Amino acid sequence: MQPNEAQIPGAIPRADFSLRRVGAMVLRYWYLLRGSWPRILELAYWPTMQMILWGYINQFMASTNGGGSGWVAQGAGVLVSAVLLWDVLFRGQLGVSISFLEEMWSRNLGHLFVSPLRPGEWVTALMTMSLLRTLIGVLPATALAIPFFGYSVYALGLPLAAFFANLIVLGWSLGLLIVALILRYGMGAEGLAWIVVFMLAPVSAVYYPVSVLPAWLQPVSLALPSAHVFEGMRALVFEGVLRWDHLAWAVGLNVLYMAGGIAVFLYAFHQARVRGALLQTGE
Amino acid sequence: MTSRPSTALSPALSPAIRADGLTKRFPTPDGREVTAVDAIAFTVPRGSVTGLLGGNGAGKTTTISMLLGLLLPTAGTVEILGVDMARHRHAVLPRMNFSSPYVELPHRLTVRENLTVYAHLYGLTCVKKRVQELAEHLDLSRFLDRPSGGLSAGQKTRVALAKALLNDPEVLLLDEPTASLDPDTADWIRTYLERYRLRTGATILLASHNMLEVERLCDGVLMMRQGRIVDRGAPSALVARYGRQTLEEVFLDIARASGSVESDGRILTGETADAAE
Repeated sequence: MQPNEAQIPGAIPRADFSLRRVGAMVLRYWYLLRGSWPRILELAYWPTMQMILWGYINQFMASTNGGGSGWVAQGAGVLVSAVLLWDVLFRGQLGVSISFLEEMWSRNLGHLFVSPLRPGEWVTALMTMSLLRTLIGVLPATALAIPFFGYSVYALGLPLAAFFANLIVLGWSLGLLIVALILRYGMGAEGLAWIVVFMLAPVSAVYYPVSVLPAWLQPVSLALPSAHVFEGMRALVFEGVLRWDHLAWAVGLNVLYMAGGIAVFLYAFHQARVRGALLQTGE
Repeated sequence: MTSRPSTALSPALSPAIRADGLTKRFPTPDGREVTAVDAIAFTVPRGSVTGLLGGNGAGKTTTISMLLGLLLPTAGTVEILGVDMARHRHAVLPRMNFSSPYVELPHRLTVRENLTVYAHLYGLTCVKKRVQELAEHLDLSRFLDRPSGGLSAGQKTRVALAKALLNDPEVLLLDEPTASLDPDTADWIRTYLERYRLRTGATILLASHNMLEVERLCDGVLMMRQGRIVDRGAPSALVARYGRQTLEEVFLDIARASGSVESDGRILTGETADAAE
């Protein structure tokens, strides 16, 4: 019979999941972030620049000078909302992948996983850090949109929180997939952290309706939670209605994607222990 | 000579480390397999310091990685403090620790930040006090607020040792604890380890290429070659058995012996192979 924790002399029974260890890892990434102001600035830089660029395109297309682009003119700030929400997905994925890569770059995985840290706690810390990084990146841009274009994304109301949650969860799923690929293929797969999410951009229908896509591509698009979020956002902006069907699809698909992301990550982590990759990976 | 702490233990207590039939095979790109560790079996008594010796590629780091649970064995079992590492690893991880010059702490974090993060991971109470205490013990106070990446090799080794001692581990695994250190710093580390063992009665397993270090610190050694344990015993007993003056000469005898290592750990030289035939 195998001994259990209670049978070990002097052993302190420990929970399977420790918020304190999650907090320790969040602290580790926070120390890293706060120690470099260029990193914090970089987080907010791209969302702000994108918002300003698309904000002016939005204004131009909505004006008569822009050829009377009625579709855009019907919904004030539709492109600004789209670009800000797209950044939630992008930053959500990047937040998981970059925090993971920090461990690879510093060759720290060996130390982490001889400590009592469990993979699930680490993943929770990666997601928490992703949320923080996304908020640091996107909040200044949403605030600047008000003086620049007189448009507040917060006018979307409570549904905005649902859009945000669905997009960041999809970002986490993608982030876990990328982490799994890097664990499997090593630092050669590092570039995926920067490009994978852009494969989804055309089919996520960020700036145009799904109906614009060719008929054969539309089912692919509608298999993505992001497409349902952007369709829902446009319905809210143009028609002032909350499309519960799109929201339900987004949530349901996200549950599937997150389950898949976690399963792939855990498998890759197990395989990394089989191959000894936790000690060998690094620059 | 340093006096050893009493290691007289109740027979009911299991060894600190027990490996049985421990094997690791890695696939090669051409579809074959290479055996890095081949069905080794050994125990490390509680409170002892044991050296894991062998040339490069002998299987020391692979063995340590399997003991830590970082690497899953192809076959065999590992028990640490009586706990099966394959099934209950997380029950015993808070009671052990590890240090290696080849696994670094994050460079951009300061020494204090690194130690604080790991103190929380090990569930310590009074984190600030413990970090301060270790900094004083290991002469790190001056570097606490400097980035870990900017330290010298000796300072980094002391920081790694501080991290390894945060939880006052009952079992400490050290991979080349004094590699690339100057003699003064290396001696300081060895003295610190001796005192730590005396104070706590901890079990230490260390892989090292420094035979003087092993003779000074270790109660027993395990000699590895080609993934197998080819000899074992107290350093002085090995020196006597091989008719040599130092453990380094014994190491060279084993490392330079021609022939393959048999499954029972014997080195089959040309002569013994002919006799066997």
